[in-house]
Amino acid sequence: MTDQNRFEEARRRFLKGAAGAATLAIAPGVILHQVARARPASQPASSENRWGMLIDTTKCSSGCDACVRGCQEYNGWGDNEVHSDAAQKAHWIRKVEVRNRQTGYTHSLPVMCQHCKYPPCVDVCPTGASMKRDDGIVLVDKHICIGCRYCMMACPYKARSFVHEELHDQLPTAPRGKGTVEACTLCVQRVDKDGPEAVPACAEACAAEGHNAILFGDMNDPNSKLSKALEKYGGTQIREDLGLDLGVRYLGI
Amino acid sequence: MTAKVHYREIVQSGTGFWGLLAFLGLLIALGLFAAYNMEHHGHWITGMNQQIVWGTPHVFAVFLIVAASGALNTASISSVFGKSVYKPLARVSAFLAISLLVGGLAVLVLDLGRPDRLIVAMTHYNFKSIFAWNIFLYTGFMAVVGLYLWWMMDPPWQRHYRIAGFFAFLWRIILTTGTGGIFGFLVARQAYDEAIMPPMFVIFSFAYGLAILILITMAAMKWTGRPMGEVILRRLKNLLGIFVASSMYFVIVYHLTKLYITAFHGVERFILLDGGVYTALFWIGQVLVGYLLPLAIVYHPTLGKSRTAVAWASVFVILGGLAQMYVTIIGGEAYPLVLFPGMEISSSYHDGVVAEYAPSLYEVLLGIGGIGIALIAMTLGMKHLKLLPESLEDAVVDPHAS
Amino acid sequence: MASPLRSILAVAGLGLLLSSPLAGAGNLLPEIPKAKARVSATQGCVEPTEVMRHNHMKFLLHHRKEALREGVRTKKYSLMECINCHVPDPDSPQAVHYGNPKHFCSSCHTYAAVRIDCFECHRDTPLPSSRKSTSASGVTAPVTLASGVDAHALKKASSPAEEN
Repeated sequence: MTDQNRFEEARRRFLKGAAGAATLAIAPGVILHQVARARPASQPASSENRWGMLIDTTKCSSGCDACVRGCQEYNGWGDNEVHSDAAQKAHWIRKVEVRNRQTGYTHSLPVMCQHCKYPPCVDVCPTGASMKRDDGIVLVDKHICIGCRYCMMACPYKARSFVHEELHDQLPTAPRGKGTVEACTLCVQRVDKDGPEAVPACAEACAAEGHNAILFGDMNDPNSKLSKALEKYGGTQIREDLGLDLGVRYLGI
Repeated sequence: MTAKVHYREIVQSGTGFWGLLAFLGLLIALGLFAAYNMEHHGHWITGMNQQIVWGTPHVFAVFLIVAASGALNTASISSVFGKSVYKPLARVSAFLAISLLVGGLAVLVLDLGRPDRLIVAMTHYNFKSIFAWNIFLYTGFMAVVGLYLWWMMDPPWQRHYRIAGFFAFLWRIILTTGTGGIFGFLVARQAYDEAIMPPMFVIFSFAYGLAILILITMAAMKWTGRPMGEVILRRLKNLLGIFVASSMYFVIVYHLTKLYITAFHGVERFILLDGGVYTALFWIGQVLVGYLLPLAIVYHPTLGKSRTAVAWASVFVILGGLAQMYVTIIGGEAYPLVLFPGMEISSSYHDGVVAEYAPSLYEVLLGIGGIGIALIAMTLGMKHLKLLPESLEDAVVDPHAS
Repeated sequence: MASPLRSILAVAGLGLLLSSPLAGAGNLLPEIPKAKARVSATQGCVEPTEVMRHNHMKFLLHHRKEALREGVRTKKYSLMECINCHVPDPDSPQAVHYGNPKHFCSSCHTYAAVRIDCFECHRDTPLPSSRKSTSASGVTAPVTLASGVDAHALKKASSPAEEN
C-alpha cells in the first residue's frame, strides 16, 4: 500500500517535471497545455495544491470596486439583507485605500479572507466549523457553526462576517444564513470545478474592467503563473509580521 | 479551636421573600424575551455589528463568569489557606460561585447566533480553541465546586473537604486564566495580545466576586434577622481593599506596557485620551468608581467602619467592573484593526475609523436576565440549603478576638 | 322557512363532509410531489425509493462533509441536485418554498414533525430559469470565462509577470 503510494507520488513528480519542461519551452509564446488539471469531482482537495492569489495594486484603481461587485453577484451577499444596517451587512471583500502619512503616497487594494496557512480563526473556533481545506482554502462549515463570533474577534483582517438576519433565495453555490459566520471562499466551487484554470469572481470582474490586477493560481506548483510571478516580483503579505503565511499576496503595498 | 458554626435554611417566606422571587423572575423573563427576539429576528435588532461582534451581552456574561470564580475565593481562603475567620462564609461563597457561573453562561449561550445548536458545541471540539477548553473548564468548575460544597455540608465527608477545596481553588485559577486568555491570546487587536491579561482577569475576579459576596451576605443576614459582627465585616472590607488595589496595579502595568511600546500608542490614546465614551468609562467608571472610591471608603478611618459605606464600596466595585468589561471588550473592538502599520487607511467598511456601537435594549435585558438567574439561584439555594450561618457574630467568627 | 333551509344546509354539509375534507382527512399520508425526472426506467431516484426514504439524511450528511470539508463535488447525493429535480422552478406557477406542504421536503417533514434547518442557509428552490440564462448570476455563466479558451486568454492577460 505504502509502496503503491510512493510509486504514485514519484510518477506524479516525474510527470509534473516533464510537463513543466515542456511548458517552459513554449512559455514565451502561447501556453498550449496547462501543466496541472482540475481534479475529478470524486477526488478530494489535496495538499499538493495551495491556492492563492497575487494582487497587483499598481493596476488597482482607487475608484473601482468591480471586484467587490463581482463577488457580490457571484456569491449573493449584500443585496438580500434587508434589515441589517450598513455596519451589520456582510462584506466578503472590500476596497481599502491606504495613504502614507509622511509621503502622501496612496494606493488602493481589495481585502478579503487572506486564506492563511496558520489561520487564527481556525485556532479559536470551538467546534471546528472554522476550517482549512487541504488545499489551503479557509472556509466556515456552517453546519456546525454556532455563531459565537470568536473567529471574527481573532481575524486580523476583518475578513469574516456574521449574518444578522434571516435570508431567502440564496444562490445554490453559496449557502449562507442567519446566525452563522461567513467569508470569502476563494470561489471554492469554481476552484473545485476548474482547478488551476479557475478564475474567482473578483479576478473575473477585475479583468472584465480591464485592470487584470488579480491573478489566481497554485502556489505549490512551481510552474504556475502565480508561482512564477511571485518568484519574479516577490509579493507582500498584509501584516506579514504576524507570520500567518497568507494565501493572498500583494504587489505595490 | 473555633466555635461550631451553625448553618440553617432560610425559614422566612413572607411577602419580602416572594416579592424578591417575583422581581428576579421578572428580570429573567425580560432576559428570555430579549433572547427570543434576538434569535427569532436575528442580531440585526441589537446594536452589535460586523465591527463590534461581541457587545453588551458579553460585558455582562464575562463579568458574571469572572466574578463567579472570584466568589469562590472566600471559601478557598478558609479551606486552602486555613483562615478560619472566613469559614462560616465558605458555603455561601461556593454556592454563589456556581450561581454566578450559571447566570453568565446563560447570557453567553443565549447570545449565540445559533443557540439551538448548543449540542454541537458539546459534540464537536477543536482543542486548540480556548472556548472549547472553557466548555470543560466551566462544567468541570460546577462539578468540582459542587463536590466541594457537598463534602463541606455532609458530615461523613467533611474530613475530606479540604482536598476538594484545594482542587476547586486550582480549577478556578485555570478557569479565569482561560477567560483572560480569550482576549490576551488574540493577536489581531491592539488592545489585546498581552500575556498580562489572564493574571489580570484573575485579580479582577477576586475583587468582583468578593464585592458580590459581601453584598449578598449583608443582605441575606439582614433580611433574615441574623446577626453580623464587626470582625467579619472588617476582614471582608480589608480584603476587598487589597483586591481592588491589586486590580489597579495590574491595570497600570498593562497600560504602561502598551504606552512604552510605540506601536500601541494609537490604541492607548484612544482608551486613555480621546475615545469618547470609552475614555469616560475608563477614567470615571473603571478608575474612579471602580478603584478610587472603594479604596477611599474601605481605608477611611470612619467610613471604613460604616456598614452602609462598605456596602457602597462593594456596589462601586461591581459598577467599576462592568465599566472595565465594557472598555476591555467593546473598547478593544471599537479601535480599528491596524492592517498597515504607520499608514492611514479608509474604506466603505469602517476601516481606519472607530466602530460605532450603541447597546440595544435587548442586549441590556439579556445581560440583566443573567444577573436574575444568578440571584434567583442564590436565593433559592440559601432558602432550601444549609448555606447561610445562623450568626456571624464576632464570637462565632473569631472566638479569640476580644 | 327555517326548517327547509336547515335541512338543505344539513344535506349540503353532509355532502361536503363526504367529499373533499373528510375524504382528504381520511388519507393521512403526505402527498409527495413528483420529481421532474427519473434516473432510469426502473428507478426513480439515485437510490431505490425505499432506501432514499429511510436513508436520505445519511447520504446528505455524508455528502455535506465530503463536499464542504474535502471538496468532493460529486452530484449523486448533492442537496443542490435534490432541489433541482424535486422542487419546481421558482418562475413557474407551481413555485413553492420550504414550509409549504407542497414543497417536496416539507411534504414529509411536516407529516413526520421532523425539523430541519437545511434551508436556513441552502436555497430551497432551483435557480430560476430566467436567472440561469442571464450571465449575471455567474452560476452557469462562468463557463465562458472559467474554462476553455477564454479563461486562458484572461489568465494570460491578467498575469503581472507578462504585463510588467
